[in-house]
Amino acid sequence: MLGYIIRRVLWIIPVLFFVSVITFVLMRATPSGPFDSFGGGRIAAPGVVAALEAKYGLNDPPHVQYLRWVGNLLQGDLGPSYKYRDRTVNDIVGEGIGTTVMLGLMAFTVAVLIGIPLGVIAALRHNGIPDYLATFVSIIGIATPSFVLAILLLVFFSVTLGWFPSQSARWWDNPSTWVLPTVALAGFPIAQIARYTRASMLEVTRKDYVRTAQSKGLRERTIVSIHMIRNALIPVVTILGPILAFLITGSFIVETIFGVPGIGRYYIVSIGQRDYGVIMAMTMLFAVAIAVLNLVVDVLYAYIDPRIRYS
Amino acid sequence: MANRSGALEAPAAATPRRSASLWGDAFRRLLKNRLAILGGIIVAFLVLVAIFGPFLTPYEYQAQDLQAVRQARGPVNPFVGPHLLGTDNLGRDLLSRLMDGARISMTVALVVQIVVLLIGVPVGAAAAWFGGRVDTLLMRITDIVYAFPDLLFIILLSVALRETAFGKALDGLLVVFVAIGLTAWVGMARLVRGQLLSLKETEFVEAAKAVGVSDFKIVTRHLLPNASGPMIVAITLGIPGAILAEATLAFIGIGAAPPRASWGSLVADGQTYLRSEPHLVIIPALAVAIALISFTFLGDGLRDALDPKLKGKQ
Repeated sequence: MLGYIIRRVLWIIPVLFFVSVITFVLMRATPSGPFDSFGGGRIAAPGVVAALEAKYGLNDPPHVQYLRWVGNLLQGDLGPSYKYRDRTVNDIVGEGIGTTVMLGLMAFTVAVLIGIPLGVIAALRHNGIPDYLATFVSIIGIATPSFVLAILLLVFFSVTLGWFPSQSARWWDNPSTWVLPTVALAGFPIAQIARYTRASMLEVTRKDYVRTAQSKGLRERTIVSIHMIRNALIPVVTILGPILAFLITGSFIVETIFGVPGIGRYYIVSIGQRDYGVIMAMTMLFAVAIAVLNLVVDVLYAYIDPRIRYS
Repeated sequence: MANRSGALEAPAAATPRRSASLWGDAFRRLLKNRLAILGGIIVAFLVLVAIFGPFLTPYEYQAQDLQAVRQARGPVNPFVGPHLLGTDNLGRDLLSRLMDGARISMTVALVVQIVVLLIGVPVGAAAAWFGGRVDTLLMRITDIVYAFPDLLFIILLSVALRETAFGKALDGLLVVFVAIGLTAWVGMARLVRGQLLSLKETEFVEAAKAVGVSDFKIVTRHLLPNASGPMIVAITLGIPGAILAEATLAFIGIGAAPPRASWGSLVADGQTYLRSEPHLVIIPALAVAIALISFTFLGDGLRDALDPKLKGKQ
């Protein structure tokens, strides 16, 4: 097991290398550079652009630039931002990453706490009213893209009802503003987890050990909590890793709509502005998150299901 | 009833047995699933709208009815005039734009899954058939693609290629479709590999090898057809993801070049008027929702119908 974990951790390094090379190449293939236009469509004099490009070493051969980026990265330096020139990429990431991770974790917690009970209840009352209600909720979750959910929540609860403060300076300091972005982000994962849990519970219901427990005359509560739920959750764990990765990397739409001060909202802007350092940093951070979470899930899977053996 | 023309065939058994082929069984099970039927009917309707809708509407999706907008002092409300679902602030007929959007969404469904098949099936089949180093190499490649943040890759690729001929094809949509496909094939490759690894050890493959069938034919004629059930399910259930990805990208302004509008960009455009004209957001959002639900129902139904594990249990 330890050997397996070490090999998986080491394998993350080449994965990140390829992800960074692909991102770097795509970025440089993009026509126009970071200094071709300034805010409001102003165009800088040619001499200024040349001077800026020289200052940041953008005229060096691509592989030199890439190696310089890797060298700086290994020293913990993500490089300068070409657009927010009073801040480095480290500053930008440092300011926002806590918020993005916190938002992702809150949505994840909500999704697990609602999705799993929903799926369990639906399976226990299979084809009953609770099942139909749970199915209805998960259909709505699947059918409503996060951007639609975000807009509807914002207009209905924040603008029309005025229950939650709308955006203003330092509005994120007020915890009640966290509610709507969390719900908007959690909608889809709730549905996914509920569907998965329901299917898994229904599968377990037909198992011999459940029938044995029933014929032994065990209390219904004992059967459900000890024999059914614990076994049914094993496959559910495997989708939790991708879901958490999706919540952390996919939050940029929700962050943009609500104006959450995380790092996600910089992503789209920085691609438009060719802010190379920010693009690279975001892609790498998200790739690390995905790789690590998948590893954690695989290890966790072997831990909770002793039948799984990695060699 | 049985074989009228069959003078040379063996006499029919006393009680002609209904063929119990995998597909026949699966189709019968599918017909019993009401949600799957509903999903299938809506999918068929959406496809028909995508093909014929734009020919049937009295308006072009980009045509502006400025007079109506001037009269209404803003977007025209639905159900009042000649514009059945109203217009946007520029006087463009919402129904016509929705139908053009259906064309975009259904094309996404098709093109992305073609890309997924074209990459995922050969990669998965090669990994399973050759095994060893080929398998390791190909699976490492899928790991890299899997670790790439999907939407970020699609955005980068479409921005990088925006000015090229490829980037401009299909009003700028082709590059988005292909980019979505390039991130989505990993699941298919893993599925095909898993299926083929177990099929590879069966006796009919050994028999085929013994009579000297070539590797390529064994994979394409014997192995892949046997794995086609799970592949069809994966394709159908992959479609909502592709439609959602396209709508999300359109919402942030990546994809269809104006005046063309995907359902996602209709939602984005309507956002400004949400308080006074909520239908401009609600109607395209409903269109996305209906497409996502119906493909999910159909895919779930297909999975239940084709999953041999459930055979005889329900």
